[in-house]
This record gives sequence, structure tokens and C-alpha cells, in this order.
Amino acid sequence: MSVVTSRFGEAMTTPYETIIGLEVHVQLQTRTKLFCGCPTTFGLPPNSATCPVCLGLPGALPVLNRHAFQLALRAAAALNCQIPQRTKWDRKNYFYPDLPKGYQISQYDQPLGGEGYLDIPRRIGIIRAHLEEDAGKLTHEGNLTLVDLNRAGMPLLEIVGKPELTSPEEAKIYLEEMAGLMRDIGVSDCRMEEGSLRCDANVNIRVGDEVTPIVEIKNLNSFRFLERAVRYEASRQYERFQRDSSFRFGKVPKQTWGWDEVAGVTRPQREKEEAADYRYFPDPDLVPIRISPEQVAAARAEVGELPSQARERLASQYGLSSYDVGVLMGMGRTAIAYFDRASAACGDSKTACNWITNQVAAVLKETNTTLDAFALSAERLGGLIAAQKRIGLSRQQALDVFAKMIAEPLDADAAISALGVTVVSDDSAIVEAVRRAMAANPKAVSDYRKGKKAAANSLKGAVMKELRGAGRADVVDRVLQTELERHE
Amino acid sequence: MSTLNREQVARIAHLARLELTPAELDGLTPQLDAIVDYVQRLSAVDTTDIEPLAHALDVIDAFREDEPVRSLAVEQALANSPGRRGPCFSVPAALE
Ligand SMILES: [Zn+2]
Repeated sequence: MSVVTSRFGEAMTTPYETIIGLEVHVQLQTRTKLFCGCPTTFGLPPNSATCPVCLGLPGALPVLNRHAFQLALRAAAALNCQIPQRTKWDRKNYFYPDLPKGYQISQYDQPLGGEGYLDIPRRIGIIRAHLEEDAGKLTHEGNLTLVDLNRAGMPLLEIVGKPELTSPEEAKIYLEEMAGLMRDIGVSDCRMEEGSLRCDANVNIRVGDEVTPIVEIKNLNSFRFLERAVRYEASRQYERFQRDSSFRFGKVPKQTWGWDEVAGVTRPQREKEEAADYRYFPDPDLVPIRISPEQVAAARAEVGELPSQARERLASQYGLSSYDVGVLMGMGRTAIAYFDRASAACGDSKTACNWITNQVAAVLKETNTTLDAFALSAERLGGLIAAQKRIGLSRQQALDVFAKMIAEPLDADAAISALGVTVVSDDSAIVEAVRRAMAANPKAVSDYRKGKKAAANSLKGAVMKELRGAGRADVVDRVLQTELERHE
Repeated sequence: MSTLNREQVARIAHLARLELTPAELDGLTPQLDAIVDYVQRLSAVDTTDIEPLAHALDVIDAFREDEPVRSLAVEQALANSPGRRGPCFSVPAALE
């Protein structure tokens, strides 16, 4: 029995445990291909980014792209992989029209990244991470297959995870965390729609002591498809498990299935007639690479603070709730740095976090900008938060000042005076307004006095209206409470 | 000493997409077997305490910088192809 949480939050019980291992391919953010100088630009006309090397023409020799190697090393460091002192290249041999040389240059027994892990925050093991070249793109048209080799030779890092994920939701979170990390450290832009992040899932289930055969699901080209496909596949396997006693691990070879998003089902892919036999051997065209301890140290330094470390620090240093930490981290590494600076500038980390995850996030989304390009610096936002507290700006006033500061490079005080924002902090004026608001809303007053404390909110709104939005918020709160409690 | 049999040679031929007649298979099996036997003489060498070698050259760390160079024109890329459709190579339909 296994309890999982559905996307609606309620616990669902399934009579089986799902076992999931993901193979993730990320395309490295380089300007050129892995072994030749052809550009990696997405969306070029078919076969316009090819050369003798990536076409596999006789006599052409591959030479490794240094930047691709460095990015792969950085990724391996971020995934806490064991990094060997030497790594080498192997040929993976198979015949298919997407592979002009008849083999793919990959890494077999000495991958650049050995065992590692990713904390999501639960620790999920990584088996290995290796560099390889991508294959071309095929389009099937009637009795012909059309071949575009622009993608052939693109630099890929394949990250093989241990089968330690236990639910479709967790598989999706793992892939999201992986993509976020690779983006944060500048290894890949991880755009699924452009194929720079791809995922295959190995799925089987455990029922009591028995385990079903592993099915590999291909073509999972969105986070949602991954979650749906795994959930469907697990339930399909359970149904088959119940009616077919030969559907057990070891009795049936591993199969490859594809996800059909339109029908919402997994389907068996046509099996090639013989079992895969890649006859790996060391590529004589490429020399081995030595990895020095200094290079490993440099790669680790480039990685900086890992998400798992940031998560811990945000909670311990600022006392943020796990919810706030989650939302902030969901905005990426730049958001954490922005938050650190805004907090330092205003000294109120909880409020800074709220501003960033709500107002700032909304503006970035509306204007389709990133935080790097956002007009309002963290320091100026911190200044606004400090001024809001000091002067007692109402919520609406603070939002007006925020908008002004995005539009113009003003600091908080300049924006406040430019907008002519005034704050009524005179007690007698506020007492007057509170009394008028209470007289006009007898129901809210009696509700409050009957114990419905939330009624104070509507009264506060009425007071602010009386003061044309300019009442000093903390004074209004204080006076309103005094007046309400007075006749109790 | 025989290392390879006829079935293995037929399988290797299939993996290499070579279509061999039964007569060719009969002729090639002993030949390929002789080659493998010849290479196997290397196993007689005592390699205790010798590090495995991944490459025959005593060179490591050959890199190029991540600088684009001019690719071939589409017409050049397709020039030797037996089949094309528009800007693509075309081959007989391959299974998914
Ligand atoms: Zn090329």
C-alpha cells in the first residue's frame, strides 16, 4: 500500500508502490556543437548548420568544444557527482537515418560524472552523468523519412537518476528541480518546447513482494505529460499485474512505450527486431581528458549555493516559512540574490519576501521580463518597504509608489513626494474618521463586538475611504481598535 | 582454435546492414575467425601492473574554443545524397 498526495492535496491510497527512474537530457548552452564549429541556434532552416564533421563525411575529425566540457563539469559538480581524474569517449554503434556516422559519440565506462544526488528536498540518487552528441531530426512523410541534421552533434548531458522516485508528483518535482538547477548555474536553458530538456521515464510497480517489468516511456515533452504518463502507466501495470501472472519482473524484457497526450494513454512502440547491441568501443578519433583537482574545485566554485543549501539558509537566516521559501526559490536563483539585497536594505525580510513573491512576480509576469532586467533594483525596493513602515503608507499608496519607482529611477522618498502622497497621522483627524465610519456601519460594529473580529477589516476600509486613502495605517489600526473596544 | 561461428558472423553482418549470401557467409566465417584469432595473440602478453590504455596517442586534453565557423551551404551538404526532398535528405521510411 502506498499513500500519495494528489494535486488537490488529499491523500490517495493505491494498492501498489510506483518506482520511477528518470533519464534526463539537457542541451548545454554553447554557441557551437560538441565536436565541430556549427552553430547551435534553434530554428535554423533544415541542414543549414552542418559541416563535414557533423555530417560524418569520410576523413572529418571531431575536436571537443572546451566550453561544453566545462559546462558538463559544472553540472556534474552541482549534482554532487564523483568526478574521475580521467574521462574518455566511446562510440555507440547503431544504424538509423538520424545518425550519419553510424555511431554516436558518447561516454560508456568512464563518464565525466559518477554517482551523485539531487535534493528535491528529499535526496534522490544520480547514477551517472555523461556527455554525448545529439542525433538528427526525422520527419516521416508517406514512404519516405526526411532527415535534418542541424541537431546532429548538439552537446547533450545525459543524467541518469536512480529509480528512487515514488509518485508521479515527485517525478515532476524532480524534473522541475533539475531544470531549475541547470538554468540557475547557466548550464542549459532547459526549454522543453525547443528540445533543450528531454525526459524518459522508467516505470514499474511493487505489489507486496512482487515487482512488474520496467517500461521505458519516451516522448515526455512537458512536465505535465510526465506526471500524467507515469500515473497512467502505473495504473495500467497494476491492472495487467492482477490478470496476468507472467507480468513480473525478469519474465518479460524491458519495453519501450510512448506517451500519446491526445488519447491520454501510453502505447507500445514498435520493437526493433533484435535486442540493442551497441558494441561500444573507445573512439580512436578523440583523446582522453584529464580532470585536475583544480578544475573540479573551479567547477564547484562556479556552482555556488545549491538550491538545497539556499533552502536551508533562507529558513535559518531569515526565519521564512517553508511556503515562502518554496515560492521564492520557484522564481530562480536571481530571486534569492534579489531578496537577500532587498532584505538587507529594509531589515524586514518577511515583508521583502511578500513584495517579491507577489507584486514583483506579478509585474515580471505581466511585462514578460526577468528579474535581471527589472527596472526596480532590490535596494530601491528595500527603500520603499522601509519608507512604507516609517511613514505608514497605506497598501494602495505603497502600490502607487511601487509603480512610480518602476517607471522612473527615483528612490522611495522622491517617488512619494513626486506623487504628492500625504499621510494623515494626526490622531484627532483619524479619531474623527473612525467615529464617522463606525456610525455609518453599525452592523460591522455590532458584528465585531459579538466576536467577529474580521469585521474590523471592512471598518478599516471605510476609515481609509473617509481619509481618502491617506490614513497612516498603523495609527488607523490602533485608533480603530481603541474605539471598538471602548464601548464593549 | 575457433572463436566465431556462422551464426555470430551472420548477426554481425546484420548489425552492419550487410546482406550476405549463404556462400559468402561460408567464405567469410573462417576469414573473420582467423582475424579475431590473430588479434587474440595480444592476450598472451602479460599486462599485470600496466594501466589500461584508452588511446594509442600519448596526447590528452585536445580542445577547440566555442567559436562558430561557417557551415556548409544546404546545397553542398546535400550534394552527395542519393535522395532529397527540399532542404532535407530523404531515405526509405524508417520505423519510429
Ligand atoms: Zn558541424
